[in-house]
Amino acid sequence: MALSVGCTAKPGKSRGNRTGAWRVFKPAFKHNKCTKCGLCAMVCPEGCIIEQEDEFMIPDYDYCKGCGLCAEECPAEDIEMVKEEK
Amino acid sequence: MMRFIEGSLAVSDAVRMCRPDVVSAYPITPQTHIVESLAEMVANCTLDAEYITVESEFSALSACLGAVAAGSRAYSATSSQGLALMFEVCFNLAGMRLPMVMTIANRAISAPLSIWNDQQDSISLRDSGWLQFYAEDNQEAADLHYLAYKVAEDQKILLPAMVCFDGFILSHTYEPVDMPTQEEVDAYLPKFNPCQRLDAKDPISFGMFAFPEYYMEFRYAIDQALQQSREKIREAGKEFKEKFGRDYSALVEGYRLEDAETVLVAMGSLCGTAKDAIDEMRGAGRKVGLLKIRTYRPFPGEEVAAALKGAKRVAVLDKNISLGSKGAVGLEVKDVLYGSGIPVLDYIVGLGGRDMRKRDIERIVTLAEKGEGDLFYGLREEVA
Amino acid sequence: MVDKTLELFDCGHRACGGCGPALAARLIMKAAGTDTIVVSATGCMEVFSTPYPETAWKVPWIHSLFENAAAVASGVEAALKKQGRSEKVVVIGGDGATFDIGMLCISGAFERGHDFTYICYDNEAYMNTGIQRSGATPLDAHTTTSPAGKCSTGNRRPKKDMPAILAAHGAPYVATTSIAYPNDLMQKVERAIETKGPCYVQIHAPCPTGWGYEGDRTMVMGKLAVETGLFVLFEQTDGTVTRVKKVMRKPVEEYLKGQKRFAHLFKPTRNEAEIARIQATADRNAEKFGIDIKLKKPVEKPEG
Ligand SMILES: Cc1ncc(C[n+]2csc(CCOP(=O)(O)OP(=O)(O)O)c2C)c(N)n1
Ligand code: SF4
Ligand code: SF4
Ligand code: SF4
Ligand SMILES: [Mg+2]
Repeated sequence: MALSVGCTAKPGKSRGNRTGAWRVFKPAFKHNKCTKCGLCAMVCPEGCIIEQEDEFMIPDYDYCKGCGLCAEECPAEDIEMVKEEK
Repeated sequence: MMRFIEGSLAVSDAVRMCRPDVVSAYPITPQTHIVESLAEMVANCTLDAEYITVESEFSALSACLGAVAAGSRAYSATSSQGLALMFEVCFNLAGMRLPMVMTIANRAISAPLSIWNDQQDSISLRDSGWLQFYAEDNQEAADLHYLAYKVAEDQKILLPAMVCFDGFILSHTYEPVDMPTQEEVDAYLPKFNPCQRLDAKDPISFGMFAFPEYYMEFRYAIDQALQQSREKIREAGKEFKEKFGRDYSALVEGYRLEDAETVLVAMGSLCGTAKDAIDEMRGAGRKVGLLKIRTYRPFPGEEVAAALKGAKRVAVLDKNISLGSKGAVGLEVKDVLYGSGIPVLDYIVGLGGRDMRKRDIERIVTLAEKGEGDLFYGLREEVA
Repeated sequence: MVDKTLELFDCGHRACGGCGPALAARLIMKAAGTDTIVVSATGCMEVFSTPYPETAWKVPWIHSLFENAAAVASGVEAALKKQGRSEKVVVIGGDGATFDIGMLCISGAFERGHDFTYICYDNEAYMNTGIQRSGATPLDAHTTTSPAGKCSTGNRRPKKDMPAILAAHGAPYVATTSIAYPNDLMQKVERAIETKGPCYVQIHAPCPTGWGYEGDRTMVMGKLAVETGLFVLFEQTDGTVTRVKKVMRKPVEEYLKGQKRFAHLFKPTRNEAEIARIQATADRNAEKFGIDIKLKKPVEKPEG
């Protein structure tokens, strides 16, 4: 790859860094008591929680670092942190 | 048109004709007249630019950096302490490949505090990645601005440039200067057309950080651009000659070098004094010549070597000192002549405004002939 | 109107899990929108978002140095004006970049009145260089340069009042907010950007690594700071405080206890005097801004 002039880059490049590999715990979205409030997606520092077609939330495990913030904040307690199996 | 004009005003008028979009500078002697004059032009609508009245030189150059990144042509000017305060930003602009032009009215650096001329300020930034030009007189000082923008903004170069001229000696001196018309400058200097800029329509990230696996390559690229800029300077100088009649196609300029046994090497206004001294010495049968270095960065090694080839000895006049070592130009000339057997003698001269007269030049030539060099020239008796 | 679905700060950045500043970056960008040029200062956010070539920014973004972001933004703004362009200029700097080393450039830029928004994400120390104190570090917090020890209770001075300093520059809009209140944050950022002239928004952004708590508690910490009165959320327009977030105040202890940077106040023995000093800070804040929710009828104490 040719280097840019002056160490610049176009958007989209950070996606090359799959931070999902950092995970020790994994958020399991149970889609059980979920009220589709969207809070988990709002507070995720990775911005990796996506609304599916059925309006349930699902994290992109390529980038989810397993910080547990979504689980802690979910008002319906519908996200459970489980040990990551590698 | 020939005008009898103060050096600073010749420079500010040249800058005006370069059509900078953003001007940001902070007053410091002896640069002040330049920025006052530009402020006046903006106030009178003879220069259509945003003039940012900053609270420090550090902000001045930082603002220029932002302006260039956003795609505008920027200009600043400073001296001495001001340039020292800009140190970090200087390296940053070059590293980010953001071209602009800054005038340096060369002045000594504190301490002790001195407002008078030497070239320690800009020399101390020789490693920053900026092109550096040194003007012998005010004609050259003005002209080099058109050339500097042209080279700096070239898509293959994209590096900032300093046009250095000696504070007071040139900046505050009235000389006849041939000023071109705006149309002539426009025909020579194209609009700034950056290959990348901050733009919401085409987002890009500037100034990222580099891990060890990339950093060296980016530094290499800056060095390559500087190395290649020699050719661009020659081209731009040639075109300048075609359009304006004055020849800047070489990075160095020889004066009476034919059969010269002692060749002086100097930068800036000292060259004028040296030429006069050489004329007198030649009249007395002494074979002396001068090599003037106009482009100090990139260093014109090959030209210097070629020009000094036939010399019996070389005497470098350095208006700076790399404390604990030698003068910066002297060191580089020694490097270039390494293995040639030609002795290079370095003289630290004119620091903090110490006058250099024709007879000082002559005395240095005499010292060089005796093989006495690598010294501070003309120290007070109680020290010497 | 803020488009909450907008993501202009991308996945793949290298912030610690649960990073408050990373969340701040996302929320700021939702509010700012695509027509924004961001100028960043050196610090955690800059470093975790732009290791070459992996930029997380989907808007034009520039970083120059630690201390010059406001000056760089001044130049960007001037250039846009000259070119007749309409993008908004937003600076994002850490508390170190803002309260300490960047002060000169910020003061100059605010005084000149550039049309830009300066956002400080306040994680209350220099995190990027390994948790050293800054002018935003609260009283008694342990950092690596304000360590608690035999003859030290941690950081000796209270937080510098940066919003007041910038309000004194005549900033038309000054606000504080927190990542723990995403809607408040986005609203204030949006308002700042819409307001002409130099505006300031300070975002309290808890840092699990620097403060010593688990990453899943970032929102909790942010809320506790506000609920204890240690960080007041307010809005100031043309020098007048126009809006304050009121709370049912909790004792500061609830906030302090959960963070390692305050652990020395509780172990090996409780330092009542210092906890009281911190409580007094909160009380003063409450007094000054009137944040306490006053119930109409005082709750009657059961007799007995
Ligand atoms: C002139 C200069 N001094 C020091 C540093 C080292 N440095 C880089 S980031 C930083 C601290 C940043 O603190 P803050 O602004 O609070 O951001 P944070 O890392 O906490 O997000 C320091 C001291 C530097 N880059 N430049
Ligand atoms: S926070 Fe909980 S309830 Fe709300 S959308 Fe997410 S999973 Fe569903
Ligand atoms: S665990 Fe953390 S990173 Fe993963 S989805 Fe939840 S909030 Fe996002
Ligand atoms: S140290 Fe703190 S601010 Fe820095 S990336 Fe980690 S959590 Fe975020
Ligand atoms: Mg910080």
